Amino acid sequence: MTIEMISSSAETIETPVSESGEIVFEHVSKTFATNSYPAVDQVSVRITAGDLVVLLGPSGCGKTTLLKMVNRLYEPDRGKIWIGGKEIHTLPVNELRRQIGYVIQQVGLFPHMTIQKNISIVPRLLGWEEKRINDRLEMLMQLIGLPVSYLPRYPRQLSGGEQQRVGLARALAADPEILLMDEPFAAVDAINRERLQTELIDLHSKLNKTILFVTHDVEEAFRLAKKIIVMRAGKLVQYGSPLELVTQPENEFIEELVGSNNILRKLSLVNVNSILKARENQSFYTSKFQPVEKPSTVLHPEDDLRSVISLLLCSGKDSLPVKDSEDQLLGMVGYSDLREMLISNLPSE
Amino acid sequence: MDLFLKAFEYYMDNQSFFWNATRQHLVLSSFAMVISLLIALPIGIWIAKRTGIAQVVINVFNAFRVVPSLAILFLALPYLGLGFFPSLIALTVLAFPPVLINTYAGIRGVDAFIIEAAVGMGMTKTQVMSKIEIPLAIPAIVTGIRIASVEVISSATLASFIGGGGLGDFITRGFALYDVPIMLVGAIPVALLALTSESFWSLFLRRYQIPEN
Ligand SMILES: Nc1ncnc2c1ncn2[C@@H]1O[C@H](COP(=O)(O)OP(=O)(O)O)[C@@H](O)[C@H]1O
Ligand SMILES: [Mg+2]
Repeated sequence: MTIEMISSSAETIETPVSESGEIVFEHVSKTFATNSYPAVDQVSVRITAGDLVVLLGPSGCGKTTLLKMVNRLYEPDRGKIWIGGKEIHTLPVNELRRQIGYVIQQVGLFPHMTIQKNISIVPRLLGWEEKRINDRLEMLMQLIGLPVSYLPRYPRQLSGGEQQRVGLARALAADPEILLMDEPFAAVDAINRERLQTELIDLHSKLNKTILFVTHDVEEAFRLAKKIIVMRAGKLVQYGSPLELVTQPENEFIEELVGSNNILRKLSLVNVNSILKARENQSFYTSKFQPVEKPSTVLHPEDDLRSVISLLLCSGKDSLPVKDSEDQLLGMVGYSDLREMLISNLPSE
Repeated sequence: MDLFLKAFEYYMDNQSFFWNATRQHLVLSSFAMVISLLIALPIGIWIAKRTGIAQVVINVFNAFRVVPSLAILFLALPYLGLGFFPSLIALTVLAFPPVLINTYAGIRGVDAFIIEAAVGMGMTKTQVMSKIEIPLAIPAIVTGIRIASVEVISSATLASFIGGGGLGDFITRGFALYDVPIMLVGAIPVALLALTSESFWSLFLRRYQIPEN
């Protein structure tokens, strides 16, 4: 007994991420009464505690439906969902919801309550003491980067980006292990969206929450995700890291998504960190990153240089032959030409 | 001007009658308002979550609205007789539709995503209703109360026709004697009361309003 206790406490020290943040879907299906087709179709997936996982797919593919089954805003027709090893129906529904943060696109701040009241809702529902709530409020405001002078304000007095930050603080208020976010930045302008994305990445690395984040924006998904669940017509198409999706697309749908013929787009989707992580796993390069030699890679006089880089990268060669429409070899163009062109001062017209 | 002077003279000569009528008028109106609120508010809240029943209930109450208040008074006559009580019932019924419909509409008008956020955070149905839906419906509900109170105060004048008393007594008496100043002794206070009620609820609404910027 004692040994067990010691070993389990040692374990918690070693793994700061609590396993209670794990989410498991098993053959989850849901068909709405008004539809003939399933909104979510046989989805099985295990989301590791502490991961930021993005649900990606075109509008109407069932992302929201899948997400809302986690906090039981929707009930699955078939299948089971576990969080932290517990089937979600074993808990009273409101108890379950109070331990899951929920952020939606329209933010949904309560307009008749101050920021302070809005953020402290779940702690109050849970019966926290006043002192604990106030300490938490201060800490949360700091976390989302808003001054405490905002606390007595009303949501309408804040900008869209600020409101969504408050929405995030409200979801985090009772320190849940899991955060569900449904296109939270979709209604925010591009500049603020990028800021919010960066802040979320930052926040995630600080807090180690399991975040399930829904978006239809491929760039956003690849920016944020540790892992991406790609959905299409209710089905899970592929579940993998951004790097895996780019290098090993399961089918044409994924290829299309990541830009099958545009290697520059592919490169833009993956960050340096992914490469560093992949390098730890040495076999990656030899087994998966081998250039696919296209036997007939040739350049045409009318190709722009962006596609030349793309083709060079794909071919794995340093230069490629240029041929005209009659298949006549016109010469060779390669990296060195591009480099020279870029660093030499081109004669100004 | 002469008219008002004569009206004032009449008031000076009949002070106890006047204040008695005013008290009756106020009692009748406020009782009617309180009873209709006690009934229409809960019904409005209850039907807000039951769209099927809601349409039926609203249609029934709207039918009352089409019937003029005077007609309600006289329709009540054969069943309830004369006096204060039938007047009270007629006025109560009169106040139902604005309160009920505005309560219903106010609660239905709360954005679906706000409710979703509340439910998603783990509020019970009762908490969503009491902490979110009703507070957000207050402007609509108070507007309903405002409309109803003005209608009730004005219509309470008609209670006099079936012996319900109130400031209408001066109007009926003035009418019978073909004496305009006596009618004014009833009409002016009624108009003032209606205006006061209107401004009171408007002020209340303004105080309740969520500040912008
Ligand atoms: N409450 C609902 N009632 C009926 N059909 C719904 C409801 N919510 C979603 N659907 C349907 O289920 C499918 C998946 O929707 P949704 O999960 O919202 O997709 P996404 O979030 O990926 O855009 C769509 O066909 C949509 O019309
Ligand atoms: Mg959606």
